Amino acid sequence: MTSLVIAEHDNASIKPATLNTIAAAAQCGADVHVLVAGFNAAAAAAAASQIAGVSKVIHADESGLAHGLAENVAAQVLAIAASYSHIVFAATASGKNIAPRVAAKLDVGQVSDITKVISADTFERPIYAGNAVATVQATDATKVLTVRTTGFDPVAASGGSAAVESLAALAASASVSFLGSEIAKNDRPELTAAKVIVSGGRALGSAEKFNEIITPLADKLHAAMGASRAAVDAGYAPNDWQVGQTGKIVAPQLYIACGISGAIQHLAGMKDSKVIVAINKDAEAPIFSVADYGLVADLFVAVPELVAAL
Amino acid sequence: MKALVAVKRVVDYNVKVRVKSDGTGVDISNVKMSMNPFDEIAIEEAVRLKEKGVVTEIIAVSCGVAQCAETLRTAMAIGADRSILVETTADLQPLAVAKLLKALVDKEQPGLVILGKQAIDDDCNQTGQMLAALGDWPQATFASKVEIVDGKLQATREVDGGSEILSLSLPAIITTDLRLNEPRYVTLPNIMKAKKKQMDIVKPEDLGVDVAPRIKTLKVVEPPVRSAGIKVADVAALVDKLKNEAKVI
Repeated sequence: MTSLVIAEHDNASIKPATLNTIAAAAQCGADVHVLVAGFNAAAAAAAASQIAGVSKVIHADESGLAHGLAENVAAQVLAIAASYSHIVFAATASGKNIAPRVAAKLDVGQVSDITKVISADTFERPIYAGNAVATVQATDATKVLTVRTTGFDPVAASGGSAAVESLAALAASASVSFLGSEIAKNDRPELTAAKVIVSGGRALGSAEKFNEIITPLADKLHAAMGASRAAVDAGYAPNDWQVGQTGKIVAPQLYIACGISGAIQHLAGMKDSKVIVAINKDAEAPIFSVADYGLVADLFVAVPELVAAL
Repeated sequence: MKALVAVKRVVDYNVKVRVKSDGTGVDISNVKMSMNPFDEIAIEEAVRLKEKGVVTEIIAVSCGVAQCAETLRTAMAIGADRSILVETTADLQPLAVAKLLKALVDKEQPGLVILGKQAIDDDCNQTGQMLAALGDWPQATFASKVEIVDGKLQATREVDGGSEILSLSLPAIITTDLRLNEPRYVTLPNIMKAKKKQMDIVKPEDLGVDVAPRIKTLKVVEPPVRSAGIKVADVAALVDKLKNEAKVI
């Protein structure tokens, strides 16, 4: 039994979510191979070969793979799928986009968002925004999985020495082209990989206040910034900061929720954090039901005070 | 151009579900059911494209039990022109739904299929991508903006770290993200009008699709409960707890 993990990368380096995904794959089968499908991605393939527990890296290089388009990456996966018992993706925007295309073409069911591997064909996954946990068994021969990264500790990014094998790249699909992207550049850790997250809610009232209040605390703690859906919908924070059932699922060491009431959809995205701090002036807010430390206070006073005290 | 929109009947997003004591699933008897919120966005987007003159007819499709007819009536009250109910009591999984939709797509020949990015019950996030693969169509998942430019679909997608813009030839699949639009309120006159709109009922067998589940649910349990902690009096007490008790800063 061999598992194939589809690496998430920017052609130069491997994204942290891949390390958690490899950890899950290793629990499914003996060998783990990693596919790096990209363009001018030799550096990413070399980085993948250093990852602990990887026995082979397969590198496909083609301009159509530069931006990870689902149509092209899925075709590349399908070209080698027959050799694998498990085909494993991170449950990130990219993995969620590609995995079902692979599963449908193989005519197999997909198990999304696994949080635990019980055996090679049996997995745990949350349903109903995490209000229930299902144990499911995949009955098809090939298992196509997406992995909730917070469920698995990452493997080490170094220590391995896998061979890198080239795979002939397929021609890109003519029906889709990449026009451009707007990816925010900042020095903060990635939301899903951060040790500390400072998150803001609708109570902040405006994008200016969000920035003025939340940013200094995040700077002080070297934290990633997150937001509730309400804050994102109101335009206070960019959409990829949304933490929750249909946004990012996070589990940092420390999650500080400022002015977030704690709708079940938000709690679904952060309740596995190790330590949760809630700052909210409404003592009855549901966020306090999951917070280790609750501070009933006006965030506009308390957060700057906290910054000063750190 | 026709647009086909898939809608799912799910437990209302405000309901906190309870796990059945025998561990076979969640108890959905006597709870409020509604249209999956992402699917409401999908219907709304189709209606907006029709209002812009891009789409000429909107067909809403729902797969599931007889009561899905209510969900389809809601879709038609928002603005779908007619609907198709694929009626079955089988446990439908995303691959089966994608195959049912593929059979209807072959029949109806829409230029666009719009679906919610995920259903809030099983949280699978698969059906749109699977349908795209079955038809060898391009896909714009997690879309936050769509427009038709020179006969092509130009879609802005929400991705990790920001957004990206793709150009897709038609026919194509769109799955909706939250920021695509804000669905309109359904008005009483439109609810009345929707009652008169056409709804066809078919069975999976009529479409030649085997809907047997591929994933077996062995058990369903409550998640581990996270107990509430303590309230601290002030910022100084909070800093003290984080430093000396939790040791996270």
